[in-house]
Amino acid sequence: MSDLLKMTATQAVFSLSQKEISSIELTNAYIDAMETTSALNNYVTPTIEIAKQMAENADKAYAAGSAGPLAGLPIGVKDLFCTKDTQTTACSGILKGFTPTYESTVTSQIWQSGGVMLGKLNCDEFAMGSSNETSIFGPAVNPWSAKDGAALSAGGSSGGSASSVAAGSALMSVGTDTGGSIRQPAAFCGVVGLKPTYGRCSRWGIVAFASSLDQAGPFTRTVGDSALIFSAMAGHDSKDSTSASVSVPNFSDVVNSSVEGMRIGIPGEYHMDGMDDEITRIWKQGRSWLEQAGATIVDISLPHTKYALPCYYIIAPAEASSNLARYDGVRYGNRVDAETLDEMYEATRAAGFGEEVQRRILIGTYALSAGYYDAYYLKAQQVRRLIKQDFDSAFNNVDAILTPTTPTAAFELGAKISDPITMYLNDIFTVPANLAGIPGISVPAGLSKQGLPLGLQLLAAPFREDRLFSVASAIETQAQFSLAPARAAGELS
Amino acid sequence: MSALVSGRTGDWEIVIGMEVHAQVVSNAKLFSGSSAVFGASPNHHVSLVDAAMPGMLPVINAECVKQAVITGLGLNAKINKFSVFDRKNYFYADLPQGYQISQFKHPIVGEGEVQIELADGSSHIIGVERLHLEQDAGKSLHDQHPSKSYIDLNRSGVALMEIVSKPEMHSAEQAAAYIKKLRSILRYLGTCDGNMEEGSLRADVNVSVRKPGEPLGTRTETKNLNSVRFIMQTIEYEVQRQIELIEDGGAVTQETRLFDTTTGMTRTMRGKEDAHDYRYFPDPDLLPLNFDDAFIADLKKDMPELPDEIKSRMVTEYGLSSYDANVLTEEKEVAAFYELASAGRDRKITANWMSVELFGALNKAGIDLAQSPVSPEQLGGLVDLISDGSISGKIAKEVFAEMFETGKDAKQVVDEKGLKQVSDEGAIISMIDKVLASNQDKVDEYRSGKDKLFGFFVGQVMKASKGQANPGMVNQILKQKLDT
Repeated sequence: MSDLLKMTATQAVFSLSQKEISSIELTNAYIDAMETTSALNNYVTPTIEIAKQMAENADKAYAAGSAGPLAGLPIGVKDLFCTKDTQTTACSGILKGFTPTYESTVTSQIWQSGGVMLGKLNCDEFAMGSSNETSIFGPAVNPWSAKDGAALSAGGSSGGSASSVAAGSALMSVGTDTGGSIRQPAAFCGVVGLKPTYGRCSRWGIVAFASSLDQAGPFTRTVGDSALIFSAMAGHDSKDSTSASVSVPNFSDVVNSSVEGMRIGIPGEYHMDGMDDEITRIWKQGRSWLEQAGATIVDISLPHTKYALPCYYIIAPAEASSNLARYDGVRYGNRVDAETLDEMYEATRAAGFGEEVQRRILIGTYALSAGYYDAYYLKAQQVRRLIKQDFDSAFNNVDAILTPTTPTAAFELGAKISDPITMYLNDIFTVPANLAGIPGISVPAGLSKQGLPLGLQLLAAPFREDRLFSVASAIETQAQFSLAPARAAGELS
Repeated sequence: MSALVSGRTGDWEIVIGMEVHAQVVSNAKLFSGSSAVFGASPNHHVSLVDAAMPGMLPVINAECVKQAVITGLGLNAKINKFSVFDRKNYFYADLPQGYQISQFKHPIVGEGEVQIELADGSSHIIGVERLHLEQDAGKSLHDQHPSKSYIDLNRSGVALMEIVSKPEMHSAEQAAAYIKKLRSILRYLGTCDGNMEEGSLRADVNVSVRKPGEPLGTRTETKNLNSVRFIMQTIEYEVQRQIELIEDGGAVTQETRLFDTTTGMTRTMRGKEDAHDYRYFPDPDLLPLNFDDAFIADLKKDMPELPDEIKSRMVTEYGLSSYDANVLTEEKEVAAFYELASAGRDRKITANWMSVELFGALNKAGIDLAQSPVSPEQLGGLVDLISDGSISGKIAKEVFAEMFETGKDAKQVVDEKGLKQVSDEGAIISMIDKVLASNQDKVDEYRSGKDKLFGFFVGQVMKASKGQANPGMVNQILKQKLDT
């Protein structure tokens, strides 16, 4: 039993299919771990009974020989995915108590593949944040500790999704990435985080933040696990007009394919002034690993990189200001009664939305206003096209691009929350992929001097997640990163 | 040409533009699978998308796109193969998403035109600026509870076509003719049922006045007019109000107004300073609409004949007057009834009988054509009896009244009542002889030159035959007898 939490998903599927372990055993181990790691504040709505029921079903499926590819694997879900009959809040006061009557496409595909739902995971309110501190439930905490022992941010917005996988309270989890919300917390927590190509996974049933940027993706401990769950999540959905009608290969087949002869781009623009030496060091390390694995390293230029962050902070809030208009207290969620309709809106939204969400609604409303639209939103869309063109021409020359995932390792809780601009700078390496709609993956590459995980990011052309998996697994093989956070569930650490 | 209105300071020209919202005929809403049928109990045609539940996404209904393109073709308009859906952002309790999905910069249909005819026989082309697709909002019910408003989302998300005219109308009469013609075209096309009472067709009317030759005046927009009469009343009221305002030294303010159906007046709804900033931007949940020439050609192939085409066919092929043709083509159902009733027989006589007798009777009974007790075939049967001389026009009226009353065929009525026209020459001669014999004095007067008495003799003979004598034969034989 003691090894249950140490298994990767790929190993667990094998043991389950060999009847060496049962899903209910595995699930119970994770339920215990949820309890022992509860101080990390990862689960906002645990679904223990559902988990047990699903685990039993999985065991029956194995017995009947009808087990799906994820059968019996305990999985946590970011509280941004609507889950039928289970509270879904987007970690916002305005949706506290909201229980959908429907299941998001991505999660229902996971359950259909046999996945076991452990519960809903903490995140920044409406996925707006880079530290999980804007959550109405308080921050998810990073299971890793700095040498001085201060509590660290798990990153955000999918902080709970990253922390739970690192801490051993979920075997895998799903999150969403609008500007780095999967890759940044994955890097902070030392796990693998994949942001797929825009349109690869259906957005249907995911509480929208910025529709043209949002994309669901998995958190796992290995690249192989990422390919396993991603194959179940991806696919065209007629209920999402932006979902791509592109066939989904079995990504598990490509994970260990060789990178020999592949061309890997290193973008000069990602050398930022004042960037941590440790980040530069790990980036160089990644470069030499890939060289050793037989890849060719190519220096490339992505000239519009420096405009990505300001461009993102126009487009994302603009879309958010409109997407969040539906939380008006009229049909569902929390309402604060008042004399007139307008007063009811004001009172409801003032009470229901936190400070960061209100800030972004205001920025977005401003950016779309008459007289400012051309200068902000329209200009940002033009810049966005240029950023996309940068990547298009780069991928004519290289198969993947290697960058750091974040400019720093995990920071202390409370360190940046009062300074939004510094917080936004965290997304500097991750935002371009969302603007361009290309896939990106963060893979753990080593530890900082403080003993904190550092991640490397790989980017590829649209719908070439297969290349991400093969390059990421080459790094994984050489990095030999071992998951050992101080605050993980007992047997993991 | 434009009708001028005289004020104290001289003549004024009226400028009118109209935005018409036409509900698209389709089974489902514009972006969800819910039924778009009118009349369900509140909130029974509402999907998760219509209620804007978290995470719900719109998916375009291809049928509504087709309907918009067909309408564009019917308005001789430019069809835009590339168009974009935008969000129009504003808060209201019956607008669940907090925005309406509409088309702003790139509408599906561009410039077109509508031809109108006025009572004086003049014909005008009114330009159409654009047509775009958009969602309808839900309905707020303020009279169900003393302090609360209720919301019915059945209409939320139903597809509308907004058809924007150019400011090219210059009188209430033109505006009325425009909306009637537009309604007629939509109904022929089957893209909108045109039911103004149920709100399937409603208009926002922009009115301004200016001195002839001067630049456009400041306009007001009066919202949500759902009858031709209200449109005309609004224009008449606004024109008077604006002229008086300017002539008294004031100025018209650009604003949105509401029409009060009880007083026939308009009043301010919101001024320019309260105008919403809709913060339009392309809806990131939807891809731009793209289709090819083949898609348009396919729809073009199945286009029904439109009122203008039918009308010109009726004038050139059937020999109808332009007026009759207009009356018979305004409504799709009327034209179809007429085509059936007149097929293979005298088109003109059928047209007369339809527009005078049938419409008169329907009007009097307060029912519409769909409920007519006389079918097209039955009306045709009556025309046949007139044409072959079986009954006179006068008798036909009596027969028609009976048909309308009982729903019987013309022939059956004639047979039962013994109304068949007397065309037996011997019988007619004997009736004529009797009349002449008992009116010898008048015969003498006629023969001494008083020609006008001819009509008197015809009348007497017809009276004697109880109207059944064949009038043509009576005329002919009388003439022979009197003139020899």
